[in-house]
Amino acid sequence: MSIGLLVATRKGAWILKADGARRRWALTGPIFLGHIVHHMVQDPRDRRTLLMAARTGHLGPTVFRSTDAGASWKEAARPPAFPKATEGAGRVVDHVFWLEPGHASEPDVWYAGTSPEGLFRSEDGGQSWEVVPGFEKHPLGFDWSIVDPKQSTPDGTILHSISIDPRDPRHLYIGISGNEGGVFETQDKGRSWKAFNAGTMAPALPEPYPEWGQDPHCLRLHPLAPDVVYQQSHCGIYRIQRPASRWERIGENMPKEVGDIGFAVVLHPRDPRTLWVFPMDGTDVWPRTSPDGKPAVYVSRDAGQSWQRQDRGLPASQAWLSVRRQAMTTDAHDPVGVYFGTTNGDVWGSTDEGAQWSELARHLPLIHAVEAAELGS
Amino acid sequence: MKVWIPTPLLSYTDQRKQVEAEGATLAELLVDLDRRFPGIRFRVIDEQDGLRPHMRLFVNRADVRRLDVVLGAGDEVHIFQALSGG
Repeated sequence: MSIGLLVATRKGAWILKADGARRRWALTGPIFLGHIVHHMVQDPRDRRTLLMAARTGHLGPTVFRSTDAGASWKEAARPPAFPKATEGAGRVVDHVFWLEPGHASEPDVWYAGTSPEGLFRSEDGGQSWEVVPGFEKHPLGFDWSIVDPKQSTPDGTILHSISIDPRDPRHLYIGISGNEGGVFETQDKGRSWKAFNAGTMAPALPEPYPEWGQDPHCLRLHPLAPDVVYQQSHCGIYRIQRPASRWERIGENMPKEVGDIGFAVVLHPRDPRTLWVFPMDGTDVWPRTSPDGKPAVYVSRDAGQSWQRQDRGLPASQAWLSVRRQAMTTDAHDPVGVYFGTTNGDVWGSTDEGAQWSELARHLPLIHAVEAAELGS
Repeated sequence: MKVWIPTPLLSYTDQRKQVEAEGATLAELLVDLDRRFPGIRFRVIDEQDGLRPHMRLFVNRADVRRLDVVLGAGDEVHIFQALSGG
């Protein structure tokens, strides 16, 4: 097996495939040129199935499925869609944003998060989707229908970071971005939910630490130590280790001139104390570009108590990169490969855990997501 | 009756720009179209039965915005996508 990167962009999808040593990378594609692809994910349970979330400027949102590593695709028979409203306007899925393979014990289960906020589940490998019943309403009773889309986050409010406890398929975390968002947790597969935000700041509310209303950007649960959860939020980098009930802002330990604002956070697959972030400028009017035009990844190997800058091989100056929340990932090799894609269409990678970076692809469209996959040789 | 298909939807009709579908109303015709070409309706009509932004329907070259428009034998339906994107 060799490593592949599934690159989802504003104008289609591409696959970057490495040789065995991860030295040479070959770009194939485009797949569905012109389609707006938000996520393309491999099923780690069979390592054959890929799911892709797509729409176009004109056509409604859908999910495509491949069982031959991307060579051919078939559309879902019933893509994620909200139930038909019995009264009032009803909610409409604008796009499918996040695709998450289900628990290892449920081989045909997938979850999808949408914009506006919706949580969907498939029990047939992504071919048909139903809304998770406990999620038709806001977990804590907020009336989503009163949200003015013009007042929401730039690409719409989204449900993302669907994170399943590897010990228990009933236990999930999700993130909702938008003014009525936050991290939410269920212990019963989505029938009931609790806010899980204590200690994290809300960006746009007079109460800085409300029960909910935060804007988590990306949440990661460690697969081998699922009591450890990290999040990159609109207001910093946080960590919690259950049974603690309050998040700790580990981003306070970042260099002050860099700050702890960004979208993505990724974890070392075997070491729960190691994580990488891609800081962006969250000062003034929030440019959301590399601070001072000097892009760098930051790694912590002690659970966020200290951070080291990793910029060798990246542009030294005048490089104003932005990396979306799904556009950074790690592989499972040793040493771990770390990868990210930028909104200006470049893919960068490191096969030595961030010590040295090289450009793997350039001139792609705006990159929404980069996910690692195990592809046949 | 005859239905004209826009370019972004030709993948559903095996690249046929003109296809046949039946129905006493536009809503019924779109359901029949989806039966013949599975998935095509949801790309045009959302889950609340609303016409998606940037999609337009014409019956006998008249712009229609409602799906309860009654159709008769020999009527012609055009599906178009308006300009959007970038």
